[in-house]
Amino acid sequence: MSFNSVSEFLAMGGHGLYVWLSYGLGAGVIVANLILPKLSRNRLLAEQKRRLRREETA
Amino acid sequence: MSTGTNPENMQKVSAPALFMATMRREFLLSFRRKSDLANPLIFFLMVATLFPLGVSPEPGFLAQLAPGVVWVAALLATLLSMDALFRSDYEDGSLEQLLLSPQPLFVVVLAKVSAHWCMTGLALTVMAPLLAVMLFLPAEGMPGLMLSLLLGTPTLSLVGAIGAALTVGLKKGGVLISLLVLPLYIPVLIFGSSAVQAAVTGLPLGGYLALLGALLALALALAPLAIAAALRISISS
Amino acid sequence: MADKKWLPRWFFQLASPRWCYQITGRLLPWFLLATLILLAGGAVWSLLFAPADYQQGNSFRIIYLHVPSAILAQSAYMLMAVAGAIGLIWKMKMADMVLKSAAPIGASMAVLALATGAIWGKPTWGSWWVWDARLTSMLILLFLYLGIMALNSAIENESTAAQASAVLALVGVVNIPIIKYSVEWWNTLHQPATFKLTEKPAMPPDMWLPLLVMVIGFYCFFAVSLMQRLRNEIIWRERRASWVRELLNKQ
Repeated sequence: MSFNSVSEFLAMGGHGLYVWLSYGLGAGVIVANLILPKLSRNRLLAEQKRRLRREETA
Repeated sequence: MSTGTNPENMQKVSAPALFMATMRREFLLSFRRKSDLANPLIFFLMVATLFPLGVSPEPGFLAQLAPGVVWVAALLATLLSMDALFRSDYEDGSLEQLLLSPQPLFVVVLAKVSAHWCMTGLALTVMAPLLAVMLFLPAEGMPGLMLSLLLGTPTLSLVGAIGAALTVGLKKGGVLISLLVLPLYIPVLIFGSSAVQAAVTGLPLGGYLALLGALLALALALAPLAIAAALRISISS
Repeated sequence: MADKKWLPRWFFQLASPRWCYQITGRLLPWFLLATLILLAGGAVWSLLFAPADYQQGNSFRIIYLHVPSAILAQSAYMLMAVAGAIGLIWKMKMADMVLKSAAPIGASMAVLALATGAIWGKPTWGSWWVWDARLTSMLILLFLYLGIMALNSAIENESTAAQASAVLALVGVVNIPIIKYSVEWWNTLHQPATFKLTEKPAMPPDMWLPLLVMVIGFYCFFAVSLMQRLRNEIIWRERRASWVRELLNKQ
């Protein structure tokens, strides 16, 4: 372990803001790219099912 | 242009003759609306005026900016004029005729871009000394300015034409062309303005001009292919 | 096209949207698992166990995000260019869909690379942005991505949009080495030889191993996100096909 305590870990030798900001952004970008397509898919499937129902009853 | 549309009746036109005929047509059509010709040049002048007004009119400061500002202004003025390159032909259907004809598209495209360059890039190059004076570019920089613009603006026209060809089918192609083409302009800008800087500081220009020449050679060889492909794609929809 | 003997069979199978949908469906869970393990493990390794840099201290840990995202941003563009070429030459719909799906992911990788690069710059060089050659080239790469995405959404006809994006991607790929060269050259002219952001003269294994893990993890992540978007694109484009109708009825 490169750190001796949790507070040291969070402080990152004074560079805490930069490191955590970067890792936060990284996590955000990755999670967004994984979740947004999933949400699109749900929306797409729902729309297309509705369209199918409409076309079958029409 | 030609009156017969029956392929068997069409003669095989030689490339130089086709080139000349297309250029002549471009000049004829453009000179019918002389006011439109002046627009890029006026824009060029205005953009250069914005810098002293927006930043500082101090000669020492402007002299430092001058190489870059003249180049950026030339770049923007060229970009602005690109949308019109294929638009009028697209709208009246002659672009489609051009693509259907057996004439080699490479030659036609090259001729159109060359004519366009004569009316914009070349004209801007001739106007550049005026801007240089307004922005206090040292006299030593003038030959570098003219040569770099002379070698660089044809590349700008060629690459800009790719953007114009890709967006000719769109109604509001104008700003999109800028978005597509500006990243591609950056190398020309870098070498062009550096050439002027070198001239101002008395350093040898040869290397920069050679680089600009190499970019031009590459553009001459490849851009017409991309333009032709893009035109076919845009018309096909 | 069947006379092209030198192309393996799976190349032409790739042309079938239905086949692609099925195979990505099977690959997706595995890649997702790999992504989670590699990225979570890699992040823990980078933050807790990797050593701090002698000169830069703990801000050096940002490299474990900056380098993978930069690599991905460039790889994704290459993928788009290859997909564009395949789409133009063999007229494969799937290639067009890959291009369209890869673009937003690659662009967000470029944004991440730029953001982490800028954030890293603050403790290292004292300002939030520097016109460093690598960062500037990455910014221009982002512009190329945005151009492709803008062109794709501006053209209404799907296949025209795909072909136009393919041409633009290819024009961009030809320009990338030129842009890199000119920006590097411009940078040496205007900045003294400062410490390069990602200089790894001789990185000891306890520094480059976590980096490798993160890079592979990012590639797996890219694969997952790409497959997700690709599947959505397939469903949308093939929505009239009978196999899609069956699929929708089963949902």
